[in-house]
Amino acid sequence: MGKKEILVLEDLLGSNNKIAADIRNQLTQKGILTINLLSSPGAGKTTLLEQLFTFLHPHYKMAVIEGDIETERDADRIRAQGIPAWQIMTGGACHLEAKMIGRLFPEIPPDLDFLFIENVGNLVCPASFDLGEHLRFVLLSTPEGDDKPKKYPKAFLTADSLVISKADLVPILPFDIDRAVREAEGMNPHLRTFITSSTTGMGLKELAEFLISRLKELRKNHA
Amino acid sequence: MHELSLIANLFEILEKNAEENKAQKITYVKMQVGLLSGAVPELLKTAFDIYKKDTIAAEAEIEIIKVPLKVECGDCGQITTHDDYILFCGSCGSSNLKTLAGTDMILEKMELEIDSPS
Repeated sequence: MGKKEILVLEDLLGSNNKIAADIRNQLTQKGILTINLLSSPGAGKTTLLEQLFTFLHPHYKMAVIEGDIETERDADRIRAQGIPAWQIMTGGACHLEAKMIGRLFPEIPPDLDFLFIENVGNLVCPASFDLGEHLRFVLLSTPEGDDKPKKYPKAFLTADSLVISKADLVPILPFDIDRAVREAEGMNPHLRTFITSSTTGMGLKELAEFLISRLKELRKNHA
Repeated sequence: MHELSLIANLFEILEKNAEENKAQKITYVKMQVGLLSGAVPELLKTAFDIYKKDTIAAEAEIEIIKVPLKVECGDCGQITTHDDYILFCGSCGSSNLKTLAGTDMILEKMELEIDSPS
């Protein structure tokens, strides 16, 4: 028996990142703006999408990929609005990976304007996996507390946009919006912040306008 | 706990290299894990020890080196290392920072047992 040492120097996320780059490239060519939504469970990702669609529908074509450990519940809610949705059941895994999106890719209509990927509810693990998105949104709901950005740094450091959800509850909660936003933007100066409520509609029009402007930018740059 | 998924990725790389070298066994694995990689070195080790059973690396030891965050200031050029993320250059206060190391998980090297040619 002989011993041999091999210098490898390979990134563990290298294969995921390669698939993600390929997905992003294809989505860019097709002009489909893709958004990966991250948050803890119950922050209101599905409800935000349902409400956002009322601003985008029927002028824009959308579809949603739902990531959950079990059940088709979220996909059913989206389909009830007449929006195509695919449910990825991870069967225990705490995050989505690029290869899971890649498997669905042939089914995604090429004439979409927006593709939303609702990640598994978890502020930790999904932050490490690029899915090929153009924009990463992190939702922070007011009942979770305003101290979360520094406790879960990677989600906030890798996001393009911070969406404070359930902002209508601020009068009855000890949640300081300024503190949360200051902390998150301090960590990531590129964050674009939206203060929203899916119950009252606060901030949703601005969010929809932001997405439309980014869609136009994507198509202008790759026309 | 996404460490088990990461270890599954690690094994893809390990097994590919073992096969290319016609190895009988993998005996040692060394990784570099950034403090801001989002993975916990202790959990990676646990996941490795669970995953390795009944594989070519069943008897392998894993060593994990923790890599601190290393940033270069885009304005004054100063390169500094930190145990936590930083927002501003410690020298000139600029927020124009470029990350050089500390966010990746890298398989640095591995040791194999190979049948000696007779």
